[in-house]
Order: sequence, then C-alpha cells, then structure tokens
Amino acid sequence: MATPTLTQTVDLVARFPGKVTADERPGYSGFIVTKESLIEVATAVRDEFGFDLLSSLTGVDYLAENKMEVVYNAYKTTGGAGLEFKVQVERVDPIEVPSLTGIWRGAEYQEREVWDLYGIKFTDHPDMRRILMWEGFEGHPLRKDWKEAFYEEEIKPYKSRWPEGKHTFAEDRNPFHDNLNLPKDFDPEKYVVDKEEDLYASLERHTMKDEEGKMKTDSVVVNLGPHHPSTHGVLRVAVTLNGETVMGLKPVMGYLHRNHEKIGERNTFTQIIPYTDRLDYFNSMSNNFGYVTAVEKLMKIQVAERAEYIRVIMAELSRIQNHLIFVGMLINDLGSMFTPAFYVFEERELILDIFEAVSGSRMMCNYYRFGGVVRDVSDEMLQKIKDLVFERLPAKTDEVERLLNENELLVGRLKGTHVLSAEDAINFSVTGPVLRASGVPYDLRRADPYSIYDRFDFDVAVRHNGDMMDNYLIRFDEIRQSLRILEQALKQIPQGPINSQKPNYQIKVPAGEAYGRIESPKGELGFYIVSNGKGNPYRYHVRAPSFVNLTAIEKMCIGTKIQDFVALLAMLDIVMGELDR
Amino acid sequence: MYGLGILKGLSVTWKRFWDTYIDDISWAVSGKKRYRTEEGIKHRSSKNTKGIFTVQYPEEQLIVPEEFRFLPFLVYDELADGTKDIRCTSCGICAKVCPPQCIWIVRSNDPVTGKPVAVPAAYYLDADICMNCGFCAEYCPFDAIKMDHNFDIASTERSVYNLERLLKPASYYAEIRPQNFTMEEEARKAKEAAKAAKAKAAAAPAA
Repeated sequence: MATPTLTQTVDLVARFPGKVTADERPGYSGFIVTKESLIEVATAVRDEFGFDLLSSLTGVDYLAENKMEVVYNAYKTTGGAGLEFKVQVERVDPIEVPSLTGIWRGAEYQEREVWDLYGIKFTDHPDMRRILMWEGFEGHPLRKDWKEAFYEEEIKPYKSRWPEGKHTFAEDRNPFHDNLNLPKDFDPEKYVVDKEEDLYASLERHTMKDEEGKMKTDSVVVNLGPHHPSTHGVLRVAVTLNGETVMGLKPVMGYLHRNHEKIGERNTFTQIIPYTDRLDYFNSMSNNFGYVTAVEKLMKIQVAERAEYIRVIMAELSRIQNHLIFVGMLINDLGSMFTPAFYVFEERELILDIFEAVSGSRMMCNYYRFGGVVRDVSDEMLQKIKDLVFERLPAKTDEVERLLNENELLVGRLKGTHVLSAEDAINFSVTGPVLRASGVPYDLRRADPYSIYDRFDFDVAVRHNGDMMDNYLIRFDEIRQSLRILEQALKQIPQGPINSQKPNYQIKVPAGEAYGRIESPKGELGFYIVSNGKGNPYRYHVRAPSFVNLTAIEKMCIGTKIQDFVALLAMLDIVMGELDR
Repeated sequence: MYGLGILKGLSVTWKRFWDTYIDDISWAVSGKKRYRTEEGIKHRSSKNTKGIFTVQYPEEQLIVPEEFRFLPFLVYDELADGTKDIRCTSCGICAKVCPPQCIWIVRSNDPVTGKPVAVPAAYYLDADICMNCGFCAEYCPFDAIKMDHNFDIASTERSVYNLERLLKPASYYAEIRPQNFTMEEEARKAKEAAKAAKAKAAAAPAA
C-alpha cells in the first residue's frame, strides 16, 4: 500500500522576486535567499507553503569562494518532499545571519551549533552561546582553515602510511605531546574558570522572583551530571529550582564531542561508514542506513533487490532492540533496578547475536555499503531471524507488557506528566516516537518513504496525549509494527546479488549536495552531504535526532517536579554518542 | 483494585524464578551439562532459552560466529620446504582504505634494479587505533590480510604490532574461518585453471 505523495511545486522565486534566486550550481537544488529577507521568506515557507517542521539547519564553509552558507531543510508533517533554502554571506567576521528561532523553535540548538562550529552569529537568538565546545575555546573547528592538534593532512589516505610507512605516534606530532591546542599567551597558573557565568545568566531568564511577598525564597541552582546515572552518559543539566519545582533548565553538552563531522570530512566516503556506527551506538545498522541512503541519493545508484530487504530486516531488528533497551533503562532510572532491564537484555542479546553473525560485530556493525550490503545473510541465519520474529519476540513483548504496563507505581509516575502538545512538538522539531506520542502521525517510512518501505503493510504508531505514559506505550506499538514489517520482509525476501556495485575502495561521488534521512528508532536521522566530485566529502553533517529532540526539554520541564526530570531524560531516549558527535 | 497491576507483574517474575530451576533440573535429569559445555552455551543463546541466560566469562566463552572480527592478521602459506610465503604484496590498499589510518607499510625495493618487490619490508599496525571495521580484509585483492577471532588481548602498554607479530599461517585462517577459506581457495583454483586454459589456448595457435 503506497502512500500518495503530495506533489505541490513550490516556487519561491515567483513569490519573492528579487529576494530569492534558484540555486543553480550543478548538483544543487533549492533556493538562495538574501540575508535581509530571510525572516520574511521563512515565515511564508511555514505559514503559506505549510512546511511546519524545520528538519535540519547547518552551515557550510566555501573557503575558495569566500562564502559561508547556512542550509535549511524544511518539511511538512503531512508528508511529501521537503524544501531547501540557503543563505549566503561573505566570509568576513563578524558573520551574521538572522535567527529563525522565532519561527521554528527547533532551530535553537542547531543555530548554537552552527555558531560554535562555524562562527556564524545568529542575531536575535535568545541564547547565543557555544554548545558543543567549551566556552573559551579558540576558533571554530568546522571552518576549513581550522586545524586540529593532531593535524596531518587535509584528507585521507595520508601519504605517510605507504609506501614509506614508518610508524609514529600521533602525539609526537604535537609540541605538547598531547591532544592540546591552547590559545596564545595561555598560562595555566592564572587560568580561572569564569565562563560558567554565561550559563547561569541564561537560566536567570526563567527565574521568577518572589511575587506573593509573604515569604522570600531564593531559587537554588542544581547541576545534574555530568556524572549522573540517569544521564546515560555524560550530560550535564543546570537547573534552577523553587523548592522541588523546576523554574529554568539548560542542558550542557559536548563532553563526548569529538567533531565527528570534521573527521568525516577528512575521511573518504567509504571510510565514514564505520564512523557512523559510533553515533548512536545502539543502532549502528540504522546509522549506516541513513548515511548510505544520503550518498546513494548523490550517486544516483540503485540498490540490489535482496540487499534492500536485508537492510530493512536489520534496521527493524535494530528498532526492536532499541525500544526494548529503552524500556529497560527507563524502568531502571525510575528505581526498579535491573529486573526489567535484564529481562529485555536477553532479547537484545539474541538480536545482537544475529548482527554479529551477519556483520562480524555486535554493536559496531559496519554492514551497509553503497549499493547494497557487505555480505549475504545465510539461510540458516534467516531461519534464526524467523524463529525470533515469528515465535519469540511477540511473546516476550507481551511478557514485558504484562510485567510493567499496569503497574500502579509506574502508571502513577508517568501518567499526565511532561505533556508536550502536538503544536509544540512540531515547533521544536521533535521527531520520532516522542512526536508521534503527541498525536502527530509523522513517520518517514510513510511520510517520505525511502528504501522499500512503501511495499509493506503497517500502521504508523500514534498516541494522542503527549504525556509520559503515551511516550512509553508507543514504544510497544512500534515494536509490534516493526514485527509486522519483519514478517512481510522475511516472507518476500528474494534471492539475488547483494550489491549492485563492484567493490571499490576509492568511490568518487558526483559533485552536488544531498540531504538523506531515515526514520531511526530515536527520530529523524538526516545526513547532509556536499561533494565536490572528489573522493572525500566537502561537507558532512549529521542531523542527530537525540540532539534536536533535546531542544524541547526546557519547554517540557518548566513547572514540573525535579524528580520527574530523570524519567523525562530517559523518555527522550538520548544517546550521547549521537548527541555530542 | 489498587495493586492488581503490581501482582500481575510479579507473576511474571515469579514464573521466571521457577523457570530457572525447572530448566536446570530438566538438564540434570536428562544427564546433560547445562554449564561449561558447548551444547549448554548454544542452548542459552537459542530461541528456546529460558532460565539462566548468562555465560560465565572467562570460565565459559561465547562461541563466536565465523564472521566475527577483531584485529587483522597477515596470512602466510607454508611451503613444502618450511619457508613462509607471505601473501602480502605491499600494494597499500589496506593502508589507504583504513579509516583511522592505523596501518603503516614500508615497500621493499630490489637492491639492484630499484623496482618495487612484492613483499613488505615492514608492516606496522597500531592495535590501539584500529577500530576493527574489517575494511582491510574486505578490500585486500590477495586474501593476505584477514580479521582475527582472538579478542582477550588486554595490555597495559601501547600495542604496535610489527610484521612478525601479525603473521599467522593459512592453516590458522582455515581453522577460524572454514567457510570463507574454502570459498576463496575454490575461487583461486578456478582462476588459476582459467589462466592456464587461456595460456594453453594462446600457445596452441602460435605452435
């Protein structure tokens, strides 16, 4: 059952003559908007043309043309193709672009990221601070003229490796013998951490002073994390409290930041695949899927038929194990230590056994290739998957539901807390199960079908209250739908080759840009890739669902109790490998 | 009634509690060993598993599948006279495709002609940087570098492996990856046969 796609052509040039031009560089699409009319055009894009979800916002540094570009990808939550528009500015500091947070709140963290990594300042942004790097960091690392401490060459493969490859340690190339890049005139003796004030000042906006006048109370600043068991990694959240009630909240991230995108731009196209495994390390299969989808879009190649089915099977198995883990970890955070978590871990282990047998690794699968997958799935393995899908997993999902869903303590804890309305969810660019729990049936497998998802019969899981209980229950709905897809895929999978391309370690990708996106278990996982026709991507951007979904956390938390925050953090299903990149 | 949901949930844990004993006892009654045997480990990772699921590492170890990959090694063929015939030709594809660039190769040159010789003079692999992606083995055109199965190699020092440390015989490769090994041997024999047939055909009209 194929979903009809909405085909309404959007011609911004006709609507805004003189302000918008079509992007006519070879391989590029979309529109170029002048800086001055950006707000006007973006408002029309949302209100007149109906692109209510700002999916991705990122920067590109065109050093040779001396230009900086900000790329916006907007979509409709009713489905269909997206709209891409760009703003180009001269590459002369200070670079300034108007902020779109007034139109799409979901732009907030993404704009901060662009400021952090590119040094493009967004005027009228409510909280223009660095987000991934620490305050006081020198430079903007994604600029093409910025070099890391272990810099060796602009692109891989490095010439020092062959044919005269004498081994050296990377740290020996750095004068400090360590991964350091200190600002000029830096004296560690005199350094005082003073940049934290900006963070606390940003919280102050939400701090209500005593209004009643009867009793004067001061608000308390509490830092949750970076090492808090419930933060699933190293996330720090600065909270101001009035008693137990949250008044203001700001996440502080980047503790796991490694500049995945800069590494990606040094890598060849093939070399990026194993690196994407490390984004959302629970779902390396989905990450591979998203990345190869984007590059295949750019290469304009067909995927082998059998490989399409294998891809879908692996991605859906990945979704099931992700949601099972999610349930286990949520209950763990709420205080029911380990029993439910270990029950679901058994099922996850069995799924990981399959991943290990087909790809060679349990978590870092590195399984997808451009045009197909790396190796075939044997009949024996398919039988094992069938055993799980048809027999074990449905029964075990029921068992977990029986164990937890009616538990009065759990229901009492989740029902009616942290409600996110559909309007807010869309405005904050929230995607994935969290958006669907708010009553928006937006699932990319239906809304903008990729791969072969249009061939399967399944329902988009949706719940309508937007509270924590719905957020929790929708995961079970999704597991059931994934099982439905798997059942069909396992019955239909044809014989044949598993890759439409010849193995090639030096893939050349035609010049141009592509934004490929898939429905990962955590939300919309997008990859924005710019190629200049060579073996390495010129720009490689990851639109991580964990990162963008976190934008809504402030909105969801204010006015609620601090204890529930732990549950909310688990509910958003964040993974730091992807969030910090 | 309040508490009914909790009781319902507890019935699941209660059932699983008894399952543990039932499974253990049924194995004991049938005279089979559930722990520290290959059969037992296989049962515990099958679709019918219930009861105790964990594998007691290091006393027991999971049986790794053939495709499991952990750190590369270089394959050599043992010749009849006992010398090692290193398959690697130092073409450098593995070093070029390696994502974290952890392979260093020194190509050897013929001292007389100065031309490259198809054997590496030195080969280094920084095992601390290697991300076990398996690209080197995947793209090697000579089946000279393969991924190992040996994963418990923790050490307190930086592990930079040299050629000597990396070399392992083809018989070891056949042992850990029997299916892949036979597949590759067959492909190689077919290729050689085709080559011989071609040479024969080319030689025939000339004669």
